[in-house]
Amino acid sequence: MNTDYLHILQLAAPETIVTITMLLVLAADLTLMRGQSIVARFHVGAFLSALGCGAAALYALHYSATDDRFNGIIVSDPQTNFVKVAILGLTVFTVLISTSGKFTEHVGEYLSLILLGTIGLMFLVSSRDLLMIFLSLELASLVLYILTAFNKHNARSAEAGLKYFLFGGMSAAFLLFGFSLLYGVSGSTNLTEIAQALHGKGMDPLVLVALVMTVIGFGFKVAAVPFHLWAPDAYEGAPTPSAAFIGAGSKVASFYILAKVFSVGFAGTEGSALMHGYLPGWTPVIAVIAALSMVLGNLTAIVQSSVKRLLAYSAIAHAGYMLLGVLSNTIPGGHALMFYVITYGVTTVGAFGVVMVVEEATGSDALSNFAGLSRRAPVLSVCLLIFLLSLGGIPPLAGFTGKFFLFSATVDAGRELGLLWLVILAIAMSAVSFYYYLRVLKQAYVEDAPTEAPAIRVPGLTLLALVVLAALIILYGCAPVLLTQYL
Amino acid sequence: MLAWTIYISFIGVLVLMLLPRDAARAARIVALFSAGLSCAFAFFGAIQQVQQQSDLGAVTTITKVPWIPALGAQYYLAADGISLMLVVLTGLAAVTGILFSWNIEKRTNQFFAFYLALIGGVYGVFLSFDLLLLFVFYELTIIPKYFLIARWGSTRKEYGAMKLALYSFVGSHLVLIGMIAAWVVAGRQLGHPTLDLTELAKITFSAGFQHWVFPLVFVGFAILAGMWPFHTWAPTGHVAAPTAGSMLLAGVVMKLGAYGCLRVAMVLFPEGAKEWQWAIAALAVIGIIYGAGVALVQRDFKFVIGYSSVSHMGFVILGLATLNTIGLDGAVLQMFSHGIIAGLLFGVVGRMVYDRTHTRDFNDLETMNVGKLLPFAGVTFVIAGVASMGLPGFSGFVAEFQVLIGMWQVYPIATLLAGVGIVLGVGYTLRAVQRGFYSDTPPSPYASHEAHGHDDHPMEPISIPERIGAVMLIAASLIIGLFPSLLMDWIEPCLKSPMFARLLHGGAQ
Repeated sequence: MNTDYLHILQLAAPETIVTITMLLVLAADLTLMRGQSIVARFHVGAFLSALGCGAAALYALHYSATDDRFNGIIVSDPQTNFVKVAILGLTVFTVLISTSGKFTEHVGEYLSLILLGTIGLMFLVSSRDLLMIFLSLELASLVLYILTAFNKHNARSAEAGLKYFLFGGMSAAFLLFGFSLLYGVSGSTNLTEIAQALHGKGMDPLVLVALVMTVIGFGFKVAAVPFHLWAPDAYEGAPTPSAAFIGAGSKVASFYILAKVFSVGFAGTEGSALMHGYLPGWTPVIAVIAALSMVLGNLTAIVQSSVKRLLAYSAIAHAGYMLLGVLSNTIPGGHALMFYVITYGVTTVGAFGVVMVVEEATGSDALSNFAGLSRRAPVLSVCLLIFLLSLGGIPPLAGFTGKFFLFSATVDAGRELGLLWLVILAIAMSAVSFYYYLRVLKQAYVEDAPTEAPAIRVPGLTLLALVVLAALIILYGCAPVLLTQYL
Repeated sequence: MLAWTIYISFIGVLVLMLLPRDAARAARIVALFSAGLSCAFAFFGAIQQVQQQSDLGAVTTITKVPWIPALGAQYYLAADGISLMLVVLTGLAAVTGILFSWNIEKRTNQFFAFYLALIGGVYGVFLSFDLLLLFVFYELTIIPKYFLIARWGSTRKEYGAMKLALYSFVGSHLVLIGMIAAWVVAGRQLGHPTLDLTELAKITFSAGFQHWVFPLVFVGFAILAGMWPFHTWAPTGHVAAPTAGSMLLAGVVMKLGAYGCLRVAMVLFPEGAKEWQWAIAALAVIGIIYGAGVALVQRDFKFVIGYSSVSHMGFVILGLATLNTIGLDGAVLQMFSHGIIAGLLFGVVGRMVYDRTHTRDFNDLETMNVGKLLPFAGVTFVIAGVASMGLPGFSGFVAEFQVLIGMWQVYPIATLLAGVGIVLGVGYTLRAVQRGFYSDTPPSPYASHEAHGHDDHPMEPISIPERIGAVMLIAASLIIGLFPSLLMDWIEPCLKSPMFARLLHGGAQ
């Protein structure tokens, strides 16, 4: 086959633009910005990154014709390209909130690593081929390990990075093993061809092993119980923007490709997780993991006193809700999943942005440091209110709309309301989650700040980013069509 | 016109948030202005609809635009007679609540911002005829309630606030489960998704489905209506709340629950309602007697009113359980009546008495001779008390009487037991009047010295805003008591409308 390299470049243009941006950011920081203050370097870097990501996003939106001529190595279709745009947007906001950071002197390296991770995620969502999926997933993961350990002044950051790396390496091994078995059974690495090869084979023991291995591998990536153990430490130890990146952009890409691998690659081996109609397959496995994540994530979050840990456990719980969208395995279910993951990403970046400001001003992210926030930083606390209520699923915020989409699509997917048991569990757990989000808000709005606590000065760019994010949450909550029209 | 009640409230919230923190006076005026304006819109909007609409039972559309096409959700605001009545009640409660909280000095603008957000949500619930929209407004009220109590409340405020918030949230999540299930089943039956209440009301859900979904949704809403044994948030929440908070909680928020029971649970799942009728009636009767009995032995003045609310809301639930026209008539009217009277009682106890004496303990109040020091408060409480125990001439009598008649046709024994509750109601009200206002016990040398009565400076007189608020509420109760047909003419056509046909007249559609 005569490979048209120009065409590959055309398909990978957004990634290429971001790569160039990454190099520019690095070069600018190491040459022009030498000797400048950290804040100035962050601002210039953020400006360049935003510009590059914006250009890439515009390109991806514009040239989004369906194109799969390279046998799934890299594809382009409107939905995939929109997910790329969402990832780019989340990256821009992550970069913007990181501008107020004081955790590193290596500004150029930090920002270009975030961009490199973004490139990995973009390749991830545009591949339908096991090998390419694995490669881009590893590219993104390696960047995330470094980002987690980036705060050299903090031993916990290094510990978190190491922990994340060891767990992640292990999960990569599982994933690769699963993929290799899948290749062995089907003779192809392309998802569609795998499905065709598996068709009619039923639950071959080998397929079953491949299935379980793949679930384990992805389970680590999305921090679903029982593969979640790295998450709380990584979120807590990592520099806050890194945690936001793990929780937002990487989650969007992982869930998109997770859904693709299972619904396309494992098509025909769904089985059934219905209440009275259990059949072995991948949906019951996902159902169990989803149920465990929702229960354990929410119940453990209740007792946390560090807000970043609390957000980590809430992320585990949310991964549980999102898995419902995966196992519903219908078109509305997929749309609901993407709506949920993207709005969750927006919320998470915002929530971590607020935590970051509070952390910089008060020295830690302990719950008690949020006391009196409504007085010390009124706008910031309104943003926090919106982010946490959205995570808790209060209408009319995007978190509620997303949950409604997700839960209704899940119930609709099962025959005779057979999946209602999972949704009831999810809704019950969502009621639990309200309690711990309210605990944080109680600190901010009800408790008084320690006397003589000064007002918190919020850096302009960060505040702007947070207000825009909060506005997006309200907007997507009230008018979800704005987002769903692209999905 | 009616839709502006919602918008004005939320515009008020925005304005209040932008006010400087120490502009207490401006905050009060903005709050009163927007509550007054939305009350006026509610009132004149209702009058307008009454005049233009020959049949008040018909659902008159205000706005209907597509909202989330994928779910079949619409931004559908509309009103029938029952909605109109409750919207007017909300307007009245909102204005008087602000008059009774004129003395809030701490973070006044935030207080009124949360207050108006709560009011806006309540208007929204009463005017929504789309299930999702109704749910959105319903949950929107939870957050302001929490902060109003936790920040500006008294006695164990954080506990009370969290309990209320969690109870509300659990309740609304029960509703959410039922709502999603109903959405799926209805979508499959119709072939297209819908959340329109008028359309859903035409769908016949299978008996097996209604059997489990009805209790879920009904209990979900009834938690907020204070149905026994899910009422425990009510006394603690009412006691912890600031005066305006308890007035709103008892006045309109509990009505949200009852309204949801009627409008959603019973209308959509009439078979389920018939099947569970006995259980609802039993729980209602227990609530009536239990609430009244507990109110009889309280030492804290506000707990008496809190438990009396549980008891009176029991009548609303009992009325719903009759499943006949006269009983439902009574239940809906009781919503209005209790909203007015409970608001007034909480106003007297929380604002007029507690803010001046700084105690709500009967043992302390007994020694103070409050009735002489604050004659207006005493007289108002007596009036509100007799209205609350159901003296003919006040709205409570008409409402509870109809509920009892309706119940007599179904379960006579429940009527008799509820009658016991009324007698207990007379008991605790008289006890409260006597111990709270007109006791001549001399101050005991061992009495606690924290109470206000023991220092020298005189109590400030009852202020003009309080007087206006009290007179408004008393007048409303009297007018409806003397001319119940004013509201009955709004309610009855609704119960005769096709929406309630299946509920009240069996399968005939």
